[in-house]
Amino acid sequence: MKVPRHWRETPQRYRMEAGKCSKCGSIQFPGRVICPDCGATEMETVKLSGKGELASYTVIRVAPTGFTDLAPYAVGVVQLEEGMRVMGQVVDCDPDNLKIGDRLTTQFRRINEEGKTGMILYGFKFVPDLGL
Amino acid sequence: MVGIVGYGTHIPRSRIKVEEIAKVWGADAAAFKKGLNLNEKSVPAPDEDCATLSVNAARNAVKRAGIDPQDIGAVYVGSESHPYAVKPTGTIVSEALGACPYVHTADLEFACKAGTEGMYIALNLVKAGEMPYALAIGADTSQGAPGDALEYSAAAGAAAFIVGAEDLAAELVDTHCYMTDTPDFWRREHAHYPQHGGRFTGQPAYEKHVFGATNAILEKTNMKPEDFDYCIFHQPNGKFPVNAAKKLGFTEAQYKYGLLSPTLGNTYSGSSPMGLAATLDEAKPGELILLVSYGSGSGSDAFIFRATERLLEIRDKAPRVRKQLDEHKIYIEYGAYAKFRRKILKAD
Repeated sequence: MKVPRHWRETPQRYRMEAGKCSKCGSIQFPGRVICPDCGATEMETVKLSGKGELASYTVIRVAPTGFTDLAPYAVGVVQLEEGMRVMGQVVDCDPDNLKIGDRLTTQFRRINEEGKTGMILYGFKFVPDLGL
Repeated sequence: MVGIVGYGTHIPRSRIKVEEIAKVWGADAAAFKKGLNLNEKSVPAPDEDCATLSVNAARNAVKRAGIDPQDIGAVYVGSESHPYAVKPTGTIVSEALGACPYVHTADLEFACKAGTEGMYIALNLVKAGEMPYALAIGADTSQGAPGDALEYSAAAGAAAFIVGAEDLAAELVDTHCYMTDTPDFWRREHAHYPQHGGRFTGQPAYEKHVFGATNAILEKTNMKPEDFDYCIFHQPNGKFPVNAAKKLGFTEAQYKYGLLSPTLGNTYSGSSPMGLAATLDEAKPGELILLVSYGSGSGSDAFIFRATERLLEIRDKAPRVRKQLDEHKIYIEYGAYAKFRRKILKAD
């Protein structure tokens, strides 16, 4: 039963909520209890823009269960405007035409579902930033 | 005074042409194009559903409204394709927007009218002074049975409206509803595709209710068709709304901006609300807009809005409907469409 885990990850998956260290200002995504940069324990919640540049990616051609209808698809590491790197699926594009440095933004999408009768998991995915 | 403080839409990028569907079923594409004024329709990606369309449209509405989502007191999602039979779409949308936990949400369903149903409730809650803002969404990933006439029109898209009492982009002038029990279209529990009454969906269903609501609101407000700058009638195809407009005494100049179905298809609960959004993309301050929805089963909600100066300030804070509809389209063939819409039986 993965329901509690999915539910716990809602703030980061649905709203891209990150933790910002109140002492040194570094941002962690997902948020942490202790700042890895300065060791402080006071963190505030900030919402990431979801916009950034493709830093690296790979193309998945043999997809795991629950992702087969989307294959081939890209999984990218994206350098966000806020400075940190975030990994996520890159959709609404031809994965063979992606280039490092492509401008991306996020949309709310269906990530996976637990079979035909189980829970549906939602969250952010990256798409080309075309102003749509 | 209450009205719209922000609006936003979302349209999936994939499209399928009428010719591509007709080819598979040995049908005459030209007849559909001419008879129903349909050319192509939007198709949701496999990872898009009513909840995702709603969230992406609502985020655009929040951008235009420029409000804190925590101030939204109610979220209503109108759809006939809610992802769960039991579990609200509204909580997914509210959570994704950051409107939880002090918010009232409900999922609405009334065939193609569920979107304006939410608008009607939201406007009246704000008017009653219950909350500063309420959000109403019409969203669908509509299903038409393979080979059925509906398959040429059933499309995907969403429109979201944040209503409030201050800083209005469009003021609500009046509303009127018209409902009867008319069995022209339905989908039974556990049925995958809807059934419809064919030609019965025309005059005794669509026309009777659209005309009934339009004539009632014109009489109530003592207005005439020529008093309006724009009109939007529900768009199950490209033919019904044009015929309705003409029979009611409206002209092409009034309906052309809101008419999206020839290249979008019928986005069901999103249909006439998306037409309103496209009209708000064009309207000038002081101009009057008539919106009349239609939902099978059957009923129509009529609204009159007046655009304000603020509409010009918020318009370009989110993408316009025509940009989402006309740019960066991805054309797919019937095979990919059948896969995307889960029309292919696969091993479990």
